[in-house]
Amino acid sequence: MKKFDRDRVLLAVAAPVLAVVGALIVTALVLLATGKDPFHAFNVMVNYGDKSDSQVYILNKATTYYLAGLAVAVGFRMNLFNIGVDGQYRLAAFFAAAVGGAVSVPGIIQIPLIIVTAMLVGAAWAAIAGVLKVTRGVSEVISTIMLNSIAGIVIGYFLQGGRLGVLDKDANMVSTKPLPSSGHLFNFQTATDPVDGFIVFAVLAGVLYWFLLSRTRFGFDLRAVGRSESAAEASGVSVKKMVITSMLISGGMAGLVGMSTLLNESHDYGTDFPTGIGFTGIAVALLGRNNPIGIAIGALLWAFLERASGGLEFQGYDKEIVGVIQGVIVLAVVIAYEIVRRYGLTRQQRKVGAELAAAAGRQETQEVAA
Amino acid sequence: MRSGTVHALVGENGAGKSTLMKILYGMQKPDEGTIAINGEQVVFGDPGDAIAHGIGMVHQHFMLADNLTVLENIVLGSEKLHGIGGRARARITEISDAYGLGVKPDALVEDLGVADRQRVEILKVLYRGARILILDEPTAVLVPQEVDALFENLRGLKAEGLTVIFISHKLGEVLSVADEITVIRRGTTVGSADPAHTTTKQLAELMVGSELPSPETRESTVTTEPMLTVAGLRMAAVDPDGVERVVLDDIGFTIHKGEVLGIAGVEGNGQAELVEAIMGMRQLDAGTLRLDQADITAAPTRKRREDGIGYIPEDRHRHGLLLEAPLWENRILGHVTEPPNSRGVLIDPTAARRDTERIVREYDVRTPGIEVTAASLSGGNQQKLIVGREMSHLPKLLIAAHPTRGVDVGAQAQIWDQIRQARREGLAVLLISADLDELIGLSDTLRVMYRGRLVADADPATITPEELGSAMTGAASGHLAHQPAAGSEPSGGEDR
Repeated sequence: MKKFDRDRVLLAVAAPVLAVVGALIVTALVLLATGKDPFHAFNVMVNYGDKSDSQVYILNKATTYYLAGLAVAVGFRMNLFNIGVDGQYRLAAFFAAAVGGAVSVPGIIQIPLIIVTAMLVGAAWAAIAGVLKVTRGVSEVISTIMLNSIAGIVIGYFLQGGRLGVLDKDANMVSTKPLPSSGHLFNFQTATDPVDGFIVFAVLAGVLYWFLLSRTRFGFDLRAVGRSESAAEASGVSVKKMVITSMLISGGMAGLVGMSTLLNESHDYGTDFPTGIGFTGIAVALLGRNNPIGIAIGALLWAFLERASGGLEFQGYDKEIVGVIQGVIVLAVVIAYEIVRRYGLTRQQRKVGAELAAAAGRQETQEVAA
Repeated sequence: MRSGTVHALVGENGAGKSTLMKILYGMQKPDEGTIAINGEQVVFGDPGDAIAHGIGMVHQHFMLADNLTVLENIVLGSEKLHGIGGRARARITEISDAYGLGVKPDALVEDLGVADRQRVEILKVLYRGARILILDEPTAVLVPQEVDALFENLRGLKAEGLTVIFISHKLGEVLSVADEITVIRRGTTVGSADPAHTTTKQLAELMVGSELPSPETRESTVTTEPMLTVAGLRMAAVDPDGVERVVLDDIGFTIHKGEVLGIAGVEGNGQAELVEAIMGMRQLDAGTLRLDQADITAAPTRKRREDGIGYIPEDRHRHGLLLEAPLWENRILGHVTEPPNSRGVLIDPTAARRDTERIVREYDVRTPGIEVTAASLSGGNQQKLIVGREMSHLPKLLIAAHPTRGVDVGAQAQIWDQIRQARREGLAVLLISADLDELIGLSDTLRVMYRGRLVADADPATITPEELGSAMTGAASGHLAHQPAAGSEPSGGEDR
């Protein structure tokens, strides 16, 4: 039995490794085609990304990517494609910032209040797509993409002087009212920049995700739906309820994505609040095979690549090369997983067949193929 | 098979009819054997090759684009033949007239009825130059008058020298239209028949065969305590063609503790819907369900399973297993709220694994271990795992749909033993099967389902598969008594 387990781990790791290696090869070819030395470029990336201020940057970025990856992965585990994490986290962060800026209570209440607001807003926004899917059969892919745009517009409407925004005349920037200092989360000081304290919450979220999915009845039901909707339905899972619940969880998780920026860095939601992390989350979840540790590795890799692109720029390379690497990784990962999955299935089938044939040789049985 | 004939292929579901047709149409490759057309050996790589050799297939489920006209549907994909304009129209009209199909080229397909659509499908293959037509269960969707009209068309085609392969398990129809009949069972040809000198009875006998180990169960354990009471069950469904059909009509029966109620019927007559209705997977339009005195009409599936309904599904891949999950997770499926699988809201993987080991051992599931995926087991072993899982929760009522389909002979006897054993302990069983020997052998009471209704009942102690078979095709109804003692029963007996 041990043997099967080891094989499975090997197969699980094979796909992402294949994908990253494949992406590096393609990137090397692209670099060669533009007349640059690929090995020098990789060298620059590693050296620059390895500096200690880079490490802090990578950890902080990875925190948000990780949460986005988890939010997407919750949907993936039951074959729901929540592309709306992007809109969900932005809207969540915006309203959380607005609420946090409007009240001033001790930090022990202030910070949970902000986080819970964000999770509720994210969940509510995601629930729209869930309800549409369950009641009207609208594909969640379409509705969440639409909701992303709508989220942007909603934020644009409220983020104006006189509404929920405050205009900074000097910088000509609009943002929500800054959080009082009780809404600032602790940091971990390092020799260079501080590491966001929210990383603790991200780790907790990862543990919670693992526990919920692999150790609870709810998680079993959710995974059953992802593997076979019809079998899950026959086993007594209400698929519709499950769609709504998992969208709520996914949206709630998405609500956390913007929190490290809000609570640890910017302390307000302005026009410069980071966007697009929801899409990064999709890539990271794919890369991490929806596995909490895999997603962490994916998030770190993504953050590293982003940091490295800065280093490339200093050395006269086009920083877009990192975009190429990321894009190719995502493509390669999808292909590699499918290949490895099929290979694994047929190989196991063959193996089981062979073992049973050996057993059948001893005691004659006649098996009618089904 | 000779040209200019209608050749019927009959056999039970799963006998290999569809596989054979897929090979003929190039959708699957044979492991061995050859196909010869007009004496010339051919090998088909894909349906295109088959079409090039003059083989055309009319599928059971129509493959037409509703929002296009008949003309557009016909030329779609073969624009090279006669273009898409006047020439194509002329050709369509010509074919339609030649065979009396009466197809209007400019009608929208969505406005056509089922029978018209079928004629369009036939015209579509003729347009592509087919000389051999394969019709897969063409009468399944038609009402009797439409069936007559279709047969008229088929005779027309035959008169023009075309060959028709007609797949069906409605024996009466086969006898009326076919020139030759081939019966297949379990993947091999078991006989051929001349329709002029064959009765539906003999054909049914050939189809069903009787070389299986007998599932006899004679000592009765039936009690008077009702376990499942079904009353006035009605369900209507809209089929893909947009026509509403009543799939279950006024179904009512009672299964007592220790009783096996067998439901016979040609597949597609509402058995699957009945099972899904009892499992709570489909909405009822009317009717009530009572399990062990409690009304479960409104209970969700999970509640019903917790209350003691065990379920051996007809399609184990769709409804019984998570193919890519390991065996022990499959052991949890359907019983996630029950011990040993969970404690409170938490899964207990250790206990589930241990219990899976027990099932594998006791039910003789041939597997190298419980961490392999369900997909890597053979069908028979998958089935044994499902039976073991369902029996492990000591159900009050077991719904067994085709419990031994695709299962080897040894496992079959074992599954029968388990059902009999549980029945002695007071289990009520709803048995649905296409295997008439199994039905007759295991059941205490038999009902026949035809077009969504329970049309006949029979005593398994005296009935023969042939008699049951004739009721399944709608030829007999009421109480089926053995022998021509039918005289005393107003609507009893078989047609003869």
